[in-house]
Amino acid sequence: MIRIDVDMNKCQHYGQCVFEAPEVFQLNADDKLEYVAEAPDEMLADLEAAADVCPMQAILITRA
Amino acid sequence: MAGLRTAEGARRAGYTGPIEFLGAEAHAPYNRPPLSKELLQTEGQGHADVAFPIRSALEEGVSWVLGRAAVSLDAERRVVVDDAGDEHPYSALVIATGLRPKPLPIDDHGLGGIHVLRTLDDAVALRSVLRPGANVVILGSGFVGCEIAATAAKNGATVSVVTQSRVPLQRALGSLLGAEMRRRHENHGVRFFTGESLFGLVGDPSVERVILTSGVMLECDVLVVAVGSDPNTEWLASSGLDVSDGVLVDAGLRAIGSDGAVRPDIFAVGDVARYANPLFDDVARRVEHWNLPTETGKRAGQLIAAHLAGDDCEPLAAEGFAPLPSFWSDQYDAHVLAFGMTYLADRSELVAGRVDDECVVEFFRGDDLVGVCGIGMRSAVQAYRTRFAPPAPPSSG
Ligand SMILES: Cc1cc2nc3c(=O)[nH]c(=O)nc-3n(C[C@H](O)[C@H](O)[C@H](O)COP(=O)(O)OP(=O)(O)OC[C@H]3O[C@@H](n4cnc5c(N)ncnc54)[C@H](O)[C@@H]3O)c2cc1C
Ligand code: SF4
Repeated sequence: MIRIDVDMNKCQHYGQCVFEAPEVFQLNADDKLEYVAEAPDEMLADLEAAADVCPMQAILITRA
Repeated sequence: MAGLRTAEGARRAGYTGPIEFLGAEAHAPYNRPPLSKELLQTEGQGHADVAFPIRSALEEGVSWVLGRAAVSLDAERRVVVDDAGDEHPYSALVIATGLRPKPLPIDDHGLGGIHVLRTLDDAVALRSVLRPGANVVILGSGFVGCEIAATAAKNGATVSVVTQSRVPLQRALGSLLGAEMRRRHENHGVRFFTGESLFGLVGDPSVERVILTSGVMLECDVLVVAVGSDPNTEWLASSGLDVSDGVLVDAGLRAIGSDGAVRPDIFAVGDVARYANPLFDDVARRVEHWNLPTETGKRAGQLIAAHLAGDDCEPLAAEGFAPLPSFWSDQYDAHVLAFGMTYLADRSELVAGRVDDECVVEFFRGDDLVGVCGIGMRSAVQAYRTRFAPPAPPSSG
């Protein structure tokens, strides 16, 4: 499994991550980020891409 | 940043050989946007707060030569020479040397108190003088100048922005949003001197006052020069590459020589690269947006892996390269997010919301949508991503 942590003090809800891994990251009706904290290993490339594009560099991906 | 992303991209594409990073700064790769925002405001923040994580793929077979600048490239012998005189041979070279701030347009007479902002060291030096009550004059009203103005004003400094433009951020955001950003800055006490430039400096040994071209004199403890950037390509002067404005590259990010020939083993990525983007037209440009180091790096990484594996790179290069530029900016509570190339536009149009609150503005060149920018309203702006379609490929007939 892969663990996903978003530092919500850093996140500015830009939603860039949503386009790389929509299965994990979503903007809700108030334009706030929601995400799931775990994802299968196959998603590693998408999740790294999401971490790369985050303007605030708020996303931490770890292999659990 | 672009260098790091290229190395990651090459590893992802299967390259397992050695990688060497040669960097002029003493620091491992870090994220620059916070340098004009959080880090500039928060005493005690340093490299650890902005460092890019180094992925496991780069833990092995990688050497870091930091605090050394490249001074020349011999493309025939395939060696880069650094400022200590050491030679660095390569099989594939990635040029990711970015930009540096343009200097003060007038003679600085060696005065102290004059700052620029590109590196972590610049940010730490500037932070130490942006004290409450300091008289800060910022020359230039692009993103970096405006973000420094916002941060300095929040810190209680007395801030003046001197700019040749009519409104701040004019080139990137146009008159409508530029005027609105000016209003927001003024609400926080920032003064603007538009259609103005610097005529002279007064003070010794540090700047104390600046004189504008109109004759206005401003108290000044800190002068920040934010009038754009120049590509770091001097070290390539005798390389035979086309470095007339950044490093010219093809759709595979491969450098093009002044003779017009593609160099299959030399790549350029990030802010220093100049390339055409078929989403807009066939004019090669340098684009200084944060998502492009990542996009160019991923793409160059693929080609490097193929080139070093001895594969034919032409089919890969022929796929074309059409990344959608995206940029953002935080100033006070305004979160600006844009896609496309807004500064190619000849007009902009408010399509949702109100400029003095949250809004979406479309940018057109003729009838073509070339960009979109929002203050807030992020979902609405994000939804535009799919609207920028590349023109249909010319039919090969
Ligand atoms: C203060 C600031 C704020 C920003 N804020 C935003 C923002 O809010 N939103 C946004 O979209 N973009 C922003 N940007 C733009 C974004 O940070 C850049 O587009 C990005 O950093 C470019 O990455 P790069 O790898 O191409 O260049 P750089 O990050 O500049 O990396 C180039 C590296 O090469 C090194 N180098 C230069 N010459 C040599 C040499 N001869 N030999 C060896 N090494 C050399 C440099 O020291 C540097 O470390 C900002 C930029 C700055 C400076
Ligand atoms: S990209 Fe980063 S800042 Fe934007 S919503 Fe995702 S985590 Fe938050």
